[in-house]
Amino acid sequence: MADESIKVDAVLDAIAALPGVTAARRELGELVVEVARSDAYALFTRFRDEFAFAQVMDICGVDFPERAARFDIVYNLLSVTRNERIRVLVQVGDSDSLATVSTLWPSATWWEREIWDLFGVPFDGLADHRRILTDYGFEGHPLRKDFPLTGYVEVHYDDEQKAVVYDKVRLTQEFRNFDFLSPWEGMTTLPGDEKARGDRK
Amino acid sequence: MSVSTDTALAWNRDHLPQGSAQDAVIKGITGEIAGKGFVVANMDKLVNWARTGSLWPMTFGLACCAVEMIHAYMPHYDLDRFGIIPRASPRQSDVMIVAGTLTNKMAPALRRVYDQMPEPRWVISMGSCANGGGYYHYSYSVVRGCDRIVPVDIYVPGCPPTAEALVYGIMQLQKKIRRTGTILRG
Repeated sequence: MADESIKVDAVLDAIAALPGVTAARRELGELVVEVARSDAYALFTRFRDEFAFAQVMDICGVDFPERAARFDIVYNLLSVTRNERIRVLVQVGDSDSLATVSTLWPSATWWEREIWDLFGVPFDGLADHRRILTDYGFEGHPLRKDFPLTGYVEVHYDDEQKAVVYDKVRLTQEFRNFDFLSPWEGMTTLPGDEKARGDRK
Repeated sequence: MSVSTDTALAWNRDHLPQGSAQDAVIKGITGEIAGKGFVVANMDKLVNWARTGSLWPMTFGLACCAVEMIHAYMPHYDLDRFGIIPRASPRQSDVMIVAGTLTNKMAPALRRVYDQMPEPRWVISMGSCANGGGYYHYSYSVVRGCDRIVPVDIYVPGCPPTAEALVYGIMQLQKKIRRTGTILRG
């Protein structure tokens, strides 16, 4: 297979030539496409109708707090007929919204609700724009990097009100960060492993 | 041994002094009952026997601990031999096994189910998460111990506890019922 490296990747070239695609490449044999936010919906329509990506397997988000457009929304599409997967990345800022793809793939509804719930990215045109995982009346978006791990509220049962009530989080045990690396030398060989690795001193 | 009718026993009429007069009455009554095929037992012991012998648990499987709880029900450990039959309704159950991570969102539902259980009722907290939040102790969405929501009788440690550990916990609960059991409510 000497000419494997110079084989023409027709799909990649076709996708890279589409308007709105800012970058396209293959990573580990899979197509990765970066897309401008304003052109995303038109491109998703073409991916579904022209490139036969009939299924959306997953939509998820990534938070990069240091970036101006801090969120990456990642769409994993699958084409069974072409035996191909494509990963589409859209960058979204803190106050931006995305066009929903639930009109193209109805199964996207829950994932878009999940992204709204956990990252706070709103979707224009999403019919059922509610939270999906967190508590009723929850405030904040927990997968944002600036959301504190322990949150803001906790619950307990109040015997006088006869109800489960919320109060401000108060840790009875101080937060512990389990860092197993030694702060000075860094113990890379665990006790007992010296024999097996033959670097016993 | 039977009591002849002409021996007038003053067992319900007069105050009897301690000693031989009382003993004679008790002996007489015991003999009467034994002759008719009765067994005499303490009421509270009888009630405790019935309670410990048919602890019907409310199945409240929340996470992976539920799998170990299911193992305990299955033929290998066979909780059925203790008269323990899982119920899907709180109205029919005596004990709630909180098996798994209790989240803030689930907490009102757990309390409601507990409130729907008839007295007397007990709670077994199974696994680290139900005991004190466990792995998710610092999470924004997890209750740091189900004893913040319902009063807990037995804590079963482990992550998850083995089915054996749960069976042991249930036997500890039986012991607790026998020790503190009362026929009064509450």
